[in-house]
Amino acid sequence: MLAVSWAPLFEPGFFSSEPVHVALTVGAISAVVSGVVGVFTVIRGQSFAGHALSDIGTAGGSASFLVGTSTLYGFVAFNVVAAGVMELIGIRKPRGRDLATGIVLGASLGLAALFLYEGTISSSTTGATVNVLFGSIFTLAPGIMNVIAVLGFVSVSLIAVLYRPLLLSSVSYEMAAARRVPVRLVGAGYLLALALAVSMSAVTIGAILSTALLIGPAAVALRVATRTGVAIAVAAVVGVVACWAGTLIAYDSTVWAGGNGWPVSFCIVVVIFVLYFTSGVVSRLRADPRPATTSDLGRFVEPVEAA
Amino acid sequence: MFANFMVNAWEAATVVAIVAGVVGFFTVLRGAAFAAHSLPNGAFAGAAGAVLIGANTIVGLGVFSLAGAGMIAGLGRRARSDVATALTIVLMLALGDLFLSRTSEYAPEIFALLFGEVLGVSSNKLGPTVVIAIACIVAIVALYRPLMLSSVTPDVAEARGINARVMDLAFLVVLAAVTTMAVPVVGSLLIFSLLIGPPAAARSFTNRPPVAMGLSVLFALVTVWVAIAVSYETDLPVGFFVGTISAFAYTVGRAWTAWRRTREGRPPSPNLATLANVDERGTANVVGR
Amino acid sequence: MVSTGLPQVGDDSRAGVANPVLQVEDLSVSLGGRQVLDRVSFSVEAGGFCGLIGSNGAGKTTLIRAILGLTAPSRGRIVVTDGTRSRQNPQIGYVPQKIVLEADMPLRARDLVGLGLDGHRFGIPWPKTKRRIAVEEMLDAVGATRFADVRIGTLSGGEQQRIMIAQALICRPKLLLLDEPLANLDIRSAAGVVELLARIAAEQRIAVLLSAHDMNPLLPVMDRVVYLADGRAVSGTTDQVVRTDILSRLYGHHVEVIHVEGRVLVVSGSEHQAHHPNDTDTFLRGP
Repeated sequence: MLAVSWAPLFEPGFFSSEPVHVALTVGAISAVVSGVVGVFTVIRGQSFAGHALSDIGTAGGSASFLVGTSTLYGFVAFNVVAAGVMELIGIRKPRGRDLATGIVLGASLGLAALFLYEGTISSSTTGATVNVLFGSIFTLAPGIMNVIAVLGFVSVSLIAVLYRPLLLSSVSYEMAAARRVPVRLVGAGYLLALALAVSMSAVTIGAILSTALLIGPAAVALRVATRTGVAIAVAAVVGVVACWAGTLIAYDSTVWAGGNGWPVSFCIVVVIFVLYFTSGVVSRLRADPRPATTSDLGRFVEPVEAA
Repeated sequence: MFANFMVNAWEAATVVAIVAGVVGFFTVLRGAAFAAHSLPNGAFAGAAGAVLIGANTIVGLGVFSLAGAGMIAGLGRRARSDVATALTIVLMLALGDLFLSRTSEYAPEIFALLFGEVLGVSSNKLGPTVVIAIACIVAIVALYRPLMLSSVTPDVAEARGINARVMDLAFLVVLAAVTTMAVPVVGSLLIFSLLIGPPAAARSFTNRPPVAMGLSVLFALVTVWVAIAVSYETDLPVGFFVGTISAFAYTVGRAWTAWRRTREGRPPSPNLATLANVDERGTANVVGR
Repeated sequence: MVSTGLPQVGDDSRAGVANPVLQVEDLSVSLGGRQVLDRVSFSVEAGGFCGLIGSNGAGKTTLIRAILGLTAPSRGRIVVTDGTRSRQNPQIGYVPQKIVLEADMPLRARDLVGLGLDGHRFGIPWPKTKRRIAVEEMLDAVGATRFADVRIGTLSGGEQQRIMIAQALICRPKLLLLDEPLANLDIRSAAGVVELLARIAAEQRIAVLLSAHDMNPLLPVMDRVVYLADGRAVSGTTDQVVRTDILSRLYGHHVEVIHVEGRVLVVSGSEHQAHHPNDTDTFLRGP
């Protein structure tokens, strides 16, 4: 009935299509998980790690493709190991940390090249490589839903349990350590949650969307929210909205764009960008609620990151 | 392995390695690893778009990597730089997906851009590659001092009239140029690894910038040469060897630093330990980014 | 370096101070083969305001971390109040040196103060009236109510400092430790912070120990000073410690203490060996 009045918006068959159902469900789950983890990712300045894990997982996916097991397990395994390595390297300053992430990523991509090469040699299915790299929200292996849900649940639960110490150590490592927070354990726990979140989203909706849903909605949320809880909620909602709207647009585009229509990933990314720029305008228009202060002239200056 | 058809591969890879060493020195100094990954990866979308409209793939690469550089700099004005870079690569890859979907012919040459086909370099491609390479090196040499200042002590740089944002953009443009010349030759994976692995290792062995840059070039050259040689012998992809050699070099560099620090009576790493270690030089009073 | 014994100024470690909240006895810390602290002794009483003065590299941060229990001493001991400390009852409030905060950090000032109360506990904070009241009180005590709902990343240096102090105080510690709190503040903000701390020390009977490389902003309120140079320390009142003969013995070479219009200058006869890293040098070391 809803479809009748919104007829121009929803091309026929949208709500009854099974692949669409799956896409909307999977997209929503990924969006919520990515939104929760993404807010902490942006706060901690680990966007590169979040993106790198989607590529690193791809190496794992290629490996398991080679071996014959489900890509998901290879993905998760590689991501967890990579997260562990990143934590062990243990660099805290952002520049050095991104460098270490890059090295791990470079090595993983090299491995991916190796596995893909072996894969094409052995089975000569080039289409599979595209799938591993880009995924497709409309073509998901059956029975994977349960594992995905579990991964997402574990990831979000981890964040929930670590919430306060993670927030505190993200504000100041030293403050947290002084309060006897096990900072390295908390950091490792966060990386594990990130690894799981990226795994479940990259395998279902592709590496591009994994990063897009991790960083985009969180960036939007942080522009408009002043509290962490609100930011997380906004990020989740923005992610779901972007997924659903993008899926809808992609579905509709099969009609007016010809051929296979526009890919879902592109549509979702476009929606995210629209929301990002809108939030930018909104945050600029919002009046500063504080009265002008005449005292407290000092402003902290950032210390250099000594190598 | 020095047969005729291989010579071009050696030359091309050598040129790329030299540029990667020079530009990579600043990439590591500025902590631009994410950008060094995003621009080459995202630029392939430009190649896909070029294929779509029947234009030269190199031009597509160039346009897209430049646009990417601009976008990272532009978004980075109001957002964190790593968020800006993430959003940029996401958009570029999504556009790439769009372009790929518009053409029913699956173009393996685009795929090769991702992982590189060093052996597929023909001699006429080498010309423009060398030209852009020289341009990149000239740019770095010309911008050397302002770039050093703005990378190490941005406030001192500001005081001398060097605008941090302009330097940011300038460096990203150079990265875009490196992308354009290197990706068709070695692929985006290789150029990324070369831009960060060898320079990171070089930094561990010396403090003096010119020496570090020289070592950076040297390590990059050794990396590609060994990679090509072993790839030729084993028939396995070059990218695999470049990635692993880079990781190995980085690890050796860090181990060396840790060993050297212990010998000097300092903690092995300011970061690896818990807070129980003293700050490297007492409190850090120098301001910077 | 001179090997004369440390100048004896008041026997602080035991009898000198009544009601010691913090007692540091004969503390030595060595890190990576280097002797960072060498037989440091002093104590701070409840309500006392003690300045830990020294140039960079003198060992101030190490001392603070030792007191926090984050660095193990190689000799000596540190006693905080009656020795009972736990995660829930830390007894020590800590304000670290400058923290880098991005503008988009989704925490209001009051949220950070709240984290001072229970940030070490796992799980998600549950809104409780008691918690809210405690936070309000603390914000009021440091004069931060005005900007309580502002994101911490957009606060000025002085405002941020007040919030950091609030989060350290909310657990009602007996000792407040601050690591170079005035380092990057302008004179007015620094004076405001010093005044706030002095008031807290007096009203709440909390011992305050703060490190600085310039003692001048603290002169009006400091009742004890611990002067650190190359890991060795002299402690006592300002008049006892900040004297040419005492400091010269401490440094091991001649320094001149000059009083100019109520301010103190410690001037070195020869070039003092402070660590001044070459900036470019620092940056080129590997990660």
